Amino acid sequence: MNKKGAAAGPGPYRDKKTIAALLRVVEERRRAAGGPSCRIMEVCGTHTMTIHRYGLKKMLQDVGVGLVAGPGCPVCITPNDIHEAAIRLVTERENLLLAAFGDMTRVPTKIGSLQKSAAARGSRIQIVYSPAESLESARRNPDKEVVFFGAGFETTVPAIALTAAKALEDGIVNYSVLSAFWVIPPPLRAILESGRSRIDGFLYPGHVSAIIGPQAYDFVAEEFRRPGAIAGFEPADILLAIISILEQIAAGRPQVANEYTRVVSPDGNPTARAVLDRILEPKDAVWRGLGRISKSGLAFRPAFAAADAEKKFGLKLGSTDTELPGCRCGDVLKGLIEPPQCRLYGRVCTPEKPQGPCMVSFEGSCLAFHKYGTPS
Amino acid sequence: MCLGIPSKIVSVDEIHQTGQADHLGTRVMVNLALLDEARVGEWVIIHAGFAISKLNDQEAKETLDLLRQIAAHE
Amino acid sequence: MSGKISLDLGGGGKAMRDFIAGRILPAFKNPLLSPLLDASHLPEGIAFTTDSYVVDPPVFPGGDIGKLAVNGTVNDLVVSGADPRYLSLGLILEEGLEWSLLDRILKSIRTAAAGARVRIVTGDTKVVRRGQGDKIYINTSGIGGIIASPSPALIRPGDAVIVTGPVGDHSLAILIARGDYGFQSAIKSDCAPLNGLLPFWKRGVRWMRDITRGGLATVLTELAGEIPYPILLEEDEVPVSAPVRGASEILGIDPLYLACEGRAVLIVPEAGTEAILRRLRTLPLGRKARIAGRVQTGIGRPGELILRTSAGGLRLLEPLTSELLPRIC
Repeated sequence: MNKKGAAAGPGPYRDKKTIAALLRVVEERRRAAGGPSCRIMEVCGTHTMTIHRYGLKKMLQDVGVGLVAGPGCPVCITPNDIHEAAIRLVTERENLLLAAFGDMTRVPTKIGSLQKSAAARGSRIQIVYSPAESLESARRNPDKEVVFFGAGFETTVPAIALTAAKALEDGIVNYSVLSAFWVIPPPLRAILESGRSRIDGFLYPGHVSAIIGPQAYDFVAEEFRRPGAIAGFEPADILLAIISILEQIAAGRPQVANEYTRVVSPDGNPTARAVLDRILEPKDAVWRGLGRISKSGLAFRPAFAAADAEKKFGLKLGSTDTELPGCRCGDVLKGLIEPPQCRLYGRVCTPEKPQGPCMVSFEGSCLAFHKYGTPS
Repeated sequence: MCLGIPSKIVSVDEIHQTGQADHLGTRVMVNLALLDEARVGEWVIIHAGFAISKLNDQEAKETLDLLRQIAAHE
Repeated sequence: MSGKISLDLGGGGKAMRDFIAGRILPAFKNPLLSPLLDASHLPEGIAFTTDSYVVDPPVFPGGDIGKLAVNGTVNDLVVSGADPRYLSLGLILEEGLEWSLLDRILKSIRTAAAGARVRIVTGDTKVVRRGQGDKIYINTSGIGGIIASPSPALIRPGDAVIVTGPVGDHSLAILIARGDYGFQSAIKSDCAPLNGLLPFWKRGVRWMRDITRGGLATVLTELAGEIPYPILLEEDEVPVSAPVRGASEILGIDPLYLACEGRAVLIVPEAGTEAILRRLRTLPLGRKARIAGRVQTGIGRPGELILRTSAGGLRLLEPLTSELLPRIC
């Protein structure tokens, strides 16, 4: 492996020896931080995934660090009415192509899931890796309406917004976006203000931070006196960030540490933020489980309204009464309970027959918990 | 919430702000419009087909050195 | 359950096993069918199997649907302890299929059959209207002479789990060839006959399975469910090529769930492990074979498949539960 290859590839980021050494440092710092244990929220669903994927949750528990999953899973926090609107679009309208990221197609709602829906005549669902593919579909199928079900946080939204703007620029009138755009700092504030969940520190999302920059979390350290660190997505990245959080606790000096400096620069990505600002504007939005949060969503600015599927198709969104009975996804997302504390978990709600979105998304806490269970 | 893969830029189409990037032998189309500039040979993080950030060589090296030190010390 | 079949059912995961257990077995219950082996051992000393092949695109790097239809059925016989001899060939063609494509596929069927030392001895062709099928579907049934009677009941703690070669190439070669996500890669299907494994039945191999849909994780969770011990798999020891690892990372898919068409997993007694591994590595199909795990006691619970991750943590592996979809967020 060449020098740069080594810099980018896993190597020591996930090998047993390095991880064992890091865990010993975690244990030491945990003791120095005092108290019997420490509870850290991993905000980002991709972190949840890494933590379970590598068996880190149990390893950390054994050294007194508890991890609780946060609201950073777009599949999970997008409320049912938007999922249902997507299903209605492709089942009720003819000649419509609904493009979506893979995870979004499996979310169960009262009217089924996208994956198991029978599309209307001439309509279909296309799974994409990039929003650019959905725009390509619109170019190739001028006789079809192409709607991209665009859900995501600050990492994903610039890509979707730019694609929508490009469609308008190129005069592709059969393209629009059903948006579920979220921003991450407001729900963190909401969780902290509710004060219902004990959280000693935050593991901040690496790729959202690559866009918004570390200063976006300053309020957590300054107003709420909670430590935190931005982490990359390899096991060692996560442990380095946890060590930083424990050191902040021990020193009594909460801050926003950046432990993912190879990707997150001190100012984030101003170019991407300018894209967001040019095309979108903040709006109040309803999160599954967290309810309405001020300025926690993004909507197309009036100049880009033609690319907004909600307006184009006159969709009625905004209802909050679409939760599935018994599903405690919301409490899981707030860090109030662990998945097994939900009465549906593992009994009626399983990966094959998910009842709630947290069991659907690969980064959903319930699926991660179920899939990556720890051997007894 | 955001799977991002470190990849090396292997070609750039400056007019369309797109290019190709390689990750362990798989080449993907990448949109480069979210970066100020991107050159062949640079490493970027790709998310949903868009490069969202460049990889900083110096910082990567420092993190690796730190990890190696920790592993050696213990 | 909704009133219609969804793609999950054919995905080789749990939905399919539930379907077989809930609808097929009760309807056709008999002692030859019930063990649900890759091929049934008949009282006449022969093993019998059948498989249908639907693949989009029909031609992909490393092979085509014809090669697949021969090797897939041959491999089902090999891993169930039978020496493959005869195949049937059923073709379902869509109106409008190019002759050149059909000729190419027939030619590769001939080449593959010669390579696997089987003869096509009976066949059938049907043509369906345009739009009622996807170019070409193939069914092959196979007959082989029984040379071993493998059974999970022979498996003991300490037995080694040998994987005969890098996993996941076939799945990704197909996915990339489909062109959906605009990827380019040198990954080729590993589609190959496993006849070379036949002599190993005499060397004490207790159990074999070809690693197809659902991948290594699904094959081994099914096995773990049939034995009174847990199986521990070492993530670092499962052979995965760099391009497969790379494409899997981009798509957010775990290579342990990707299908192969020319790889098998062998359960081998502890004492004979090294000798078998050495001999396997002399074969082209086993050059990169590795001991990837052990049947265990003292960790986990009976019936569990446990993975020691490359970071050193432990986690349970589950069978594939739904179609593999790329994960972006």
